[in-house]
Amino acid sequence: MNAETMSEAPLLSVRGLTKRYGGRIGCAEVDLDLWPGEVLGIVGESGSGKSTLLACLAGHLEADGGTARYDGRDVLTLPEPERRRLARTDWAFVHQHARDGLRMNVSAGGNVGERLMAGGARHYGDIRATAEDWLARVEIDPARIDDRPSQFSGGMQQRLQIARGLVTGPRLVLMDEPTGGLDVSVQARLLDLLRGLVRRMGLAAIVVTHDIGVVRLLADRLMVMKDGRVVEAGLTDRVLDDPQHGYTQLLVSSVLPT
Amino acid sequence: MTEYNFAYLDEPTKKMIRRAILKGLAVPGYQVPFASREMPMPYGWGTGGVQVTAACLVPEDRLKVIDQGADDTTNAVSIRAFFARVAGVATTTRTREATLIQTRHRIPETPLSPDQILVYQVPIPEPLRFLEPRETETRRMHALEEYGLMHVKLYEDIARHGAIATSYAYPALVNGRHVLDPSPIPRFDNPKLESPAIQLFGAGREQRIYAIPPFTRVVSLDFEDHPFEASKAEGACALCGATTSYLDEIVADDAGTRRFQCSDTDYCAERRA
Ligand SMILES: [Zn+2]
Repeated sequence: MNAETMSEAPLLSVRGLTKRYGGRIGCAEVDLDLWPGEVLGIVGESGSGKSTLLACLAGHLEADGGTARYDGRDVLTLPEPERRRLARTDWAFVHQHARDGLRMNVSAGGNVGERLMAGGARHYGDIRATAEDWLARVEIDPARIDDRPSQFSGGMQQRLQIARGLVTGPRLVLMDEPTGGLDVSVQARLLDLLRGLVRRMGLAAIVVTHDIGVVRLLADRLMVMKDGRVVEAGLTDRVLDDPQHGYTQLLVSSVLPT
Repeated sequence: MTEYNFAYLDEPTKKMIRRAILKGLAVPGYQVPFASREMPMPYGWGTGGVQVTAACLVPEDRLKVIDQGADDTTNAVSIRAFFARVAGVATTTRTREATLIQTRHRIPETPLSPDQILVYQVPIPEPLRFLEPRETETRRMHALEEYGLMHVKLYEDIARHGAIATSYAYPALVNGRHVLDPSPIPRFDNPKLESPAIQLFGAGREQRIYAIPPFTRVVSLDFEDHPFEASKAEGACALCGATTSYLDEIVADDAGTRRFQCSDTDYCAERRA
């Protein structure tokens, strides 16, 4: 981040976000600010509340308390039509499992073109050209535009999911374990691609992961969660090189189970 | 016939169906749920259309029933005979003389008039189901007017076939608001969905009724560079010579000779009379 971006208002400002599952805490009293063009990593082991937090922000789960202001409006209480419109235009969500984020019975071109058509695009040739362009940008051969995702490898499916989300030029991307379940070499390529796209498009992103390597490469800032609460937050390098909280120290030294 | 109420269904049931019909007319293209009753015929035989017809019939009606445009198929003959028995109404094969027409998979060639009702038998009322099987989600999409998925379906068609290959049940936007499935009529018939007649759609198994009021705007979905076309087989009817009616291709003899003839048997007969 440079001084210029710091001077702007946050793109997303979360205060006191809380989600309970019956008597159990999903996440509690989470505060965070995300500036335009910034990538925030959220790390923690499973059950730490990081995925619950992301799901509440995305509207997949209903929060029990708190606010999340985006563009001056609280997205947690946005009427459903507006929330869904936001979700398919200005936001994108990258699921851990590509099949949760793709239509598996629709061609790659149809998957990428859906958000355009939902937004009123009605010229087949233009939609197709844009889809081809986006396939190339995520390093999928545009000649495979008419293939279905089921004919793609896991890494390609994940890249297709990213193209499907980014085609409308969103300002905020929410990613849930985007490299989870992929081979190490495939992960590295995907991370390189994501880093390039985020930088070139000036995207703000929240990346939830248990993988320290992912946030080291992608995130400007880091939040560490444990038992539903944020235990440490700061610039990624600072948190990873000089962890203050005992839990973060364990996490960085990779002795925790994932 | 004395053991049945007029038109088979009891009056409270007809009242319930009429309420669904009125709601459907008030919100053109919206699928109104209704409590479908058991009818003395199997699903797939138009039990939805039959219940709508039963709720609309009055003793003065003159009923016509067609299946794929023909009055003389088993399905059409059975339903016509059914209502002749349980309602005692007059029947006809003439489009012009009918006050109520129940149809499976066609709209008559002869233009309809404001004093006629056209009742469609509908197998699958949900146009979004092809790509979104979850009913909760498709309902939300209708409520929020999220119809991008309909164009994804057409996009897939063009990507796979080079043109929009959907030739039946071609989706249309009604009154600028709801996308509906016009039942498996050929897309050749889609322009006739803008009609002076009342059009009612009944899906028995799926328990849905929807409607297009007279003179409502109905736009078949398409792309700017792949506009909707009301296409049909090129050729002329071997019986009446018509070139502008919807034609069925039939095998005429044992040698496998193929020829076309009007799918609308009344239209063809009238031209030959
Ligand atoms: Zn003819």
